[in-house]
Amino acid sequence: MNRSQRRRWQAVAIMTVAALGVAACSSSSSSSSSASSSSSSSAALTASAPGITPTTITIGSHQPLTGPAAPGYSEIAPASNAYFQYVNANGGIYGRKIIYKYLNDAYDPTTTASVVRQLVLQDNVYAIFNGLGTPTHLAVVSFLNSEKVPDVFVASGCECWDNPTTYPETFGWQLDYVREGKILGQYVAQNFKGKKIAYFYQDDEFGMDGVKGLEDEIPASQVVSKQSYVDTNVNIAPQVAALRASGAQVVVAYSIPAFTALLKLDSLKLGYNPTLVVSSVGADPITLSGLLEAFAKQGGATVNGNQLTNGIITLGYLPSVGDTSNSWVALFTKVHNEYDAKEPLDGNFLYGMAVAYTFVEAMFKAGRNPTRADLVAAINGGLPQGPMVAPFAFSSTDHDGVTGGYIGIIQNGAVVQKGSVMVTDTSATGAVTPYTGSLQSPPASGIPSS
Amino acid sequence: MRTLPRRLGVAIIVAAIVAFLSIKLNAFRDYQIAEIAVEVTAVAGLTVLTGLSGQISLGNGAFMAIGAYATALLLIHLGWPFYVVLVVAAAVTAVTGAVVGVAAARLRGPYLAGATLMLGVALPSIAYVYPATFGGDQGLNVVFTVPAFLGVNFPLTRWQAWVSTLVALIVLVLLANLDRSRIGRNWRAVRDDEVAAALDGINVAAARIRAFVVSATSAGVAGALLAIVTGLVAPGAFTITLSIALLTAAVIGGLGSLPGALWGSLVIVLVPTYVTDVATGHGLSSTVGSNIPIVAYGVVLILVMLVFPQGIQGGLLRLISAFLGPGQKSRTRRIAPTPHVTPSADQASASQHEKEGTS
Repeated sequence: MNRSQRRRWQAVAIMTVAALGVAACSSSSSSSSSASSSSSSSAALTASAPGITPTTITIGSHQPLTGPAAPGYSEIAPASNAYFQYVNANGGIYGRKIIYKYLNDAYDPTTTASVVRQLVLQDNVYAIFNGLGTPTHLAVVSFLNSEKVPDVFVASGCECWDNPTTYPETFGWQLDYVREGKILGQYVAQNFKGKKIAYFYQDDEFGMDGVKGLEDEIPASQVVSKQSYVDTNVNIAPQVAALRASGAQVVVAYSIPAFTALLKLDSLKLGYNPTLVVSSVGADPITLSGLLEAFAKQGGATVNGNQLTNGIITLGYLPSVGDTSNSWVALFTKVHNEYDAKEPLDGNFLYGMAVAYTFVEAMFKAGRNPTRADLVAAINGGLPQGPMVAPFAFSSTDHDGVTGGYIGIIQNGAVVQKGSVMVTDTSATGAVTPYTGSLQSPPASGIPSS
Repeated sequence: MRTLPRRLGVAIIVAAIVAFLSIKLNAFRDYQIAEIAVEVTAVAGLTVLTGLSGQISLGNGAFMAIGAYATALLLIHLGWPFYVVLVVAAAVTAVTGAVVGVAAARLRGPYLAGATLMLGVALPSIAYVYPATFGGDQGLNVVFTVPAFLGVNFPLTRWQAWVSTLVALIVLVLLANLDRSRIGRNWRAVRDDEVAAALDGINVAAARIRAFVVSATSAGVAGALLAIVTGLVAPGAFTITLSIALLTAAVIGGLGSLPGALWGSLVIVLVPTYVTDVATGHGLSSTVGSNIPIVAYGVVLILVMLVFPQGIQGGLLRLISAFLGPGQKSRTRRIAPTPHVTPSADQASASQHEKEGTS
């Protein structure tokens, strides 16, 4: 390159740097938003804790916005944010607006460690909300507890969050994998008597907790193969070949959506078509069907996603998106259309809004000027089940989330409930029993109140 | 040997600046200082290997993994003090580096890249095979605390920043001395012309192996630091992306230049955080915003290669010599003229692996 060309490149570089600099300056002033202090006040709103000002509550999260876990899961935080926007527009929490700052960790534990430190140490968030993933969140759980930051409603069903002695600040929310494994396991044991069964699971606490629950219910004599995968290696052909060789007629999968889709496609390639039973984590029909079509396209094939997901047995602990008569689905559809209509309205979106609803409920319970300890105490005191189909386990000695769910079968891209809601505990001997309580309806405003 | 006091002086000044910054800035900046120190340590080792001895390694992430796992296992099972653990971890990676170096000394160019790439991909996966020892995907948790004499209120992140900066500076001073010693001169001779070097009586194979050992040891030390900074040693941290990021930092900074290792590390650590802040501050949709750091990384890489083909340090030296006149120009020769594997090939393999990782 000659001298004048070089100079031109230098000019481009300088302009780029300058543009970035301007962008950085303007961003610092745009983050704060004004709020109206409306509600009937008995005491003035104060900056009662880190992340809380008289007008705002700032919370943070780590989410897989890119990387292997992004398909499906990247919708969750925008969904929560849509619900928070709805709450902010309708009076906020005691007048305070919620600012939700979620950072991308790409499902990599080391990045999680870095972004969560940024949120806590630099951005001074009040709480970490719905941090997603078992291996990722395990990287920060000790740090959050030593800093006494509320670590609420982790987006993972690992039993590791239910440890109030070591991790008093940490709470689960979704159905834990042991309970889920027991409910799915009971269904499999009752409906596939004498059939050959195999497990396909992610090689971490997520998969192993699920298998633990399954083993409590499914007789070991029926299990012919156990295959695991790691989320960094998308080549699962050897595992699928082993499943096929074992002659399993039913495969129970504890996998994230991308790997459920790979399992299905790799099985098809081998002409192997077992009945699939998939954890709620990896079975959202809309996400799955999108992934199946995308992956098949990469391989040069065309498939009908909805056709392939038909008949997958899974578990639900929230109302099914397809159930339009459900009042929660109606509420969340309204919020979706109003605040984030671009994202697909699927199980992940519903999940994000439901967990945001529970958080708002807990914040109202924590009081007008809450400290961090007040939020933890509020959840320890128990929370109403809200959109969930079964009650929460929350108490000062139990930090598990919801305690049960229903078996569902995917039909034409929607989960159809089969049988009643079942509840159980995490012990090996605790029975799986039908839930006899009633479901709740959302308040007319769509926002929980004090 | 007169340069030794000067280097020590520079190191002490840098240490003082870091200590001052770590007290003035918030805890997260302390954490970033520690992250940068880890990166610098690893990149410095690699820049010596590639820039001075002319070998390439796409597997230095694996050496970091060895150092990190050695540290975690020693701290968990034996509870030795950290400085002892650090020395042992460095020794363990030095031995591994020697073994790999013996094989590497027989390979050239793309074959060496391929062999080290295999190491970078395969070695961290051992953690999945023996979950009982290495904790599988979950990894091992490392507890690192502030010593009692600093008081209970001394922030942990500041202590982490201090320890890692101190270690990084020691490594840099040692590497700078090697660079100017007979060993460093032999490396450059081997890099420029192996036949001529051999005719001059240099044992080419030994020089190449030595470079590998030095590079692996630096990576091992960096791994040990990473273990105490993040508090977690998990295979997810040591993917092939890490090895490629290290090489990228070395190339951006200026191959063969130790100050360049610092510039490269600053880019690698700070650009993603900074760009994420800008992206989220502008309310971009999450699918666009979350991909912007990856785009920015690519843009920075392309710009540096176009504007400063010899890296940031090469560019700085050129600017300085332009100001000072022709008399000082000879110093720019400290930057390696051309890396053994062309940058375009590196980028091609890097982008390919990123695609695989995100599919």
